[in-house]
Amino acid sequence: MKKLIFSAMVSLACVSSAWSAETYKVGAVLAVSGPAALLGEPERNTVKMLEEQINAAGGINGHRLEVIIEDNEGDEAKAVMKVKKLINDKVVAIIGPTRSGDTMAVIPIIEKAQIPLVSCAAAADIVKPVKKWVFKSPQSDADAVRRIYEKMKALGLSKAAIMSGTTGFGTAGREQLKKFAAEYGITIVADETYVPKDTDMTAQLTKIKGTDAQAIINWEIVPAQTTVMKNKKQLGMTMPLFQSHGFGNIKYAQDAGDAAEGVLFPCGRLLAVSSLPDTNPQKALLAKYKKDYEEKFKADVSTFGGHGYDAFMLVVEALKAVGPDSSKIRDYMENKKGFVGTAGIFNYSAEDHCGLDKNSFEMLTVKSGKIVVAQ
Amino acid sequence: MSDLSQIVQFFFTGITIGSIYAMVGLGFNIIYNATGIINFAQGEFVMLGGMVMVWLTASCNLPLPLGFMLAVLIVTITGAAFERFAIYPLKKPPALILIIITLAGSIIFKGAAMLVWGKQTYSLPHFSGEEPLHLLGATILPQALWVIGILMAVVGLLAFFFNFTMLGKAMRACSVNPVAASLVGINVKRIVLLSFAMSAGIGAAAGIAFTPIVLMEFDRGALLGLKGFCAAVLGGLGNGTGAVIAGLLIGVLESFGTGYISSEYKDAIALGVLLAVLLVRPSGLMGSREAASLKEF
Amino acid sequence: MVKRYLPIVAFGCAAALLPLVCKDPYYLGILVFIGIYSIATMGLNLLMGYAGQISLGHAAFYALGAYTTGLLTAKYRVPFLPALVAAVIITAAIAYLIGMACLRLRGHYLAVATLAVGEIIFICLNAAVGFTGGPSGLAGIPSIEVGGFSFDSDFKMYYLVWSLFILLFLMTGNIINSRSGRALRSLHSSQTAAAAMGVNVISLKVQVFVLSAVYAALAGVLYGHSVTFISPQVSDLMFSVRLLTMIVVGGMGHLWGGVIGAALLTLLPEALSAFQDYEMVIYGSILLAMVMFLPDGLMGAFENLYKKMVKVVRARGNG
Repeated sequence: MKKLIFSAMVSLACVSSAWSAETYKVGAVLAVSGPAALLGEPERNTVKMLEEQINAAGGINGHRLEVIIEDNEGDEAKAVMKVKKLINDKVVAIIGPTRSGDTMAVIPIIEKAQIPLVSCAAAADIVKPVKKWVFKSPQSDADAVRRIYEKMKALGLSKAAIMSGTTGFGTAGREQLKKFAAEYGITIVADETYVPKDTDMTAQLTKIKGTDAQAIINWEIVPAQTTVMKNKKQLGMTMPLFQSHGFGNIKYAQDAGDAAEGVLFPCGRLLAVSSLPDTNPQKALLAKYKKDYEEKFKADVSTFGGHGYDAFMLVVEALKAVGPDSSKIRDYMENKKGFVGTAGIFNYSAEDHCGLDKNSFEMLTVKSGKIVVAQ
Repeated sequence: MSDLSQIVQFFFTGITIGSIYAMVGLGFNIIYNATGIINFAQGEFVMLGGMVMVWLTASCNLPLPLGFMLAVLIVTITGAAFERFAIYPLKKPPALILIIITLAGSIIFKGAAMLVWGKQTYSLPHFSGEEPLHLLGATILPQALWVIGILMAVVGLLAFFFNFTMLGKAMRACSVNPVAASLVGINVKRIVLLSFAMSAGIGAAAGIAFTPIVLMEFDRGALLGLKGFCAAVLGGLGNGTGAVIAGLLIGVLESFGTGYISSEYKDAIALGVLLAVLLVRPSGLMGSREAASLKEF
Repeated sequence: MVKRYLPIVAFGCAAALLPLVCKDPYYLGILVFIGIYSIATMGLNLLMGYAGQISLGHAAFYALGAYTTGLLTAKYRVPFLPALVAAVIITAAIAYLIGMACLRLRGHYLAVATLAVGEIIFICLNAAVGFTGGPSGLAGIPSIEVGGFSFDSDFKMYYLVWSLFILLFLMTGNIINSRSGRALRSLHSSQTAAAAMGVNVISLKVQVFVLSAVYAALAGVLYGHSVTFISPQVSDLMFSVRLLTMIVVGGMGHLWGGVIGAALLTLLPEALSAFQDYEMVIYGSILLAMVMFLPDGLMGAFENLYKKMVKVVRARGNG
């Protein structure tokens, strides 16, 4: 009997010492359910997948990595509660939230608790003005706008009609579009908005048809992106259509069928990884992510999951380098240069907690139902 | 695009979406007439129609006409089941309770749809091709004609039903005076069941016809239901013809409002109309004033 | 008299001592939210339980309260107390208009009208980007500052919210037991009979509606200054429905109904976080089940049980 207890204790000790004493705890607040689930779910899946992969490969410097994922359902009050819970759970850093509104709501708590946050939300407000403890992983919409306008100029187009949804993402995009138009010699001849849940945009497009717009720029995420493409085709409008970098999943093209043909959008290179040259520094990482994700979750990879990937791996890199100290992690992230992620190559600094510039975008298009790099 | 063709375009868009509002409004009226309650789950029937049809055609590979009929049948049965399960067991529940019940029902349907089909949008192939037709300088999708056609078919069938069949007349008797109706031998409880079944079926047909144009997702029901309700009230609660005219009217107002005034406040148009009606003429365009003041709703 | 006030006093003592025992900001934060929701539901409960009317857009008043003080204090540097007064006046005025318009009609037009108003306010808050910040919301709302004292921590907000709750609880209790309260309860049973007894039915209903709207606005104000960030999401339909569910679960027409419902429906999702995807279905099912089987809510069931037990004990005593 004593022998049994002794051997049980020994085997228990062995198991627990397979890992070094301290588990590294990272928190994540994501909108896995609710209205932003289309973004939050891939983020959650990606983070979980990475956690497994890292632990299977021996953890971070031998320490087990534990990710505590909380679902705030895209609700701001809940985001506040969940962040407080994670702080309670003594995490060293927090990934997320998914939505811009949720992020804005938790910033005061983060700054007070002095724990680094890497948001997966896109709003420029998150990092402008710079807050000491707050970073984000998606590209800046200003850069997306720049790429679109550059392309327009290259195509010899100068008159744009813009359509945007009344969400944080949409209104932010609209502001940037209006802000940079003059710089690229673009005149905005129409400025239509819609409620993102809108099922029909023909009225707005009909108005645009009556102007001399040479291109339409649409700024919103699904389903509006798909509806605009279908309505445009129905009205027989043939001028080029630009979408925002929210066009992050091949499904949006598939849903619109033929209507998606030829649409142009700036995007992280993830969606067109197969048409990238092998010399591209992101290609290996993107290809692996795409393969792993699609195998494991039997769903198309999306740039939203990519933002989760980038946020998470940034924290992981920091942990590898400086260990579980929130303050050191923050300092490390702020000075990180050349970090290869799915959205681009990040170069953070004290003034720039976004890390990406317009070169993180590639201009993509839909050709025969597939997403490829635009020529 | 000339001004005339722009107006025509707005009009086409308006009557297409207006047909959906009209059908939802008809559904509201049928239940209201039979039971005096407002079914807050009406919009969900539309959503379910579209979703079930997607499942039948995409996953079960059924041909379109068969899929259509089966989808309508399934949602009809769902509506009937809801009535049996949630409403039938209660003895003379106050209106407050009934409102909450249908509200709860709508949440359950929405949540269940989310569990089964997820949060993404689904598409259906157009019934007869996607090539838009050109008319008076504007374009209209063949699918839109299907939507309007289905509305007219529904209206025709209902007219026949209520005027020329025993069962239909029994339903009308119920709506006028349930006590008297039961005294002459009409099984009021069965009429209530039938009303839910019919409303669900009509909603489903609307949803199926509409999905190819606008795609469907699990939470589309709420706004459609609300606007359909605006149509029902505008037309006069309980008045079928009123609902149809009001639905089309609201659709057209929305379309022109978006085109000429502002697109941000588009949804507020239908809601504003609702409030205006309630303030000025609660009996609606075609309802009778006395009847409205007597009804318990 | 003592019997009537005993529960609330006991509750007050317990509530006052709790944060001294449990200082964790996470739990305090949750309790602050429960307090805020309890205040909102108290008003709605008056409307539903006593006046027998239903409002499906109460989130609109919540939002009006939050945005009024939020905008005034954050953008225009108005001190808190005047901003609060403004919020109350604006909300009361709008509620008065809606009430007067709808409550003169028989039946449940109010339900639909409030649904419509809630949606309209949501749309307007979203669309007026320059004024309200639109969908990106309004950040940087300052903490409540009264007479130099600033409520800038969960600990302090806890005391503020729950003191207010107790105050309103006592006030509401007095209203219900007053002459107006009895008139109110008579409304619920039969409007015709009440009118025959000289009760000004419409005026009373409007008053209750306005009062309930003001309670919601107060809750919204507390929310805004607690989270320091608000967005049009606070006027969302689902929030109105959640408030409704809290009352149905807790007990319509019971003073404690709102608190119990608020506590349960805030704590339960935290505990059930594994069932995230199922939340909507569970929510709807709870609502449906409560309304079908326990229409008086938990408080009602509790009371019935208590009465039955008393009967049994008495019968035993006599037998």
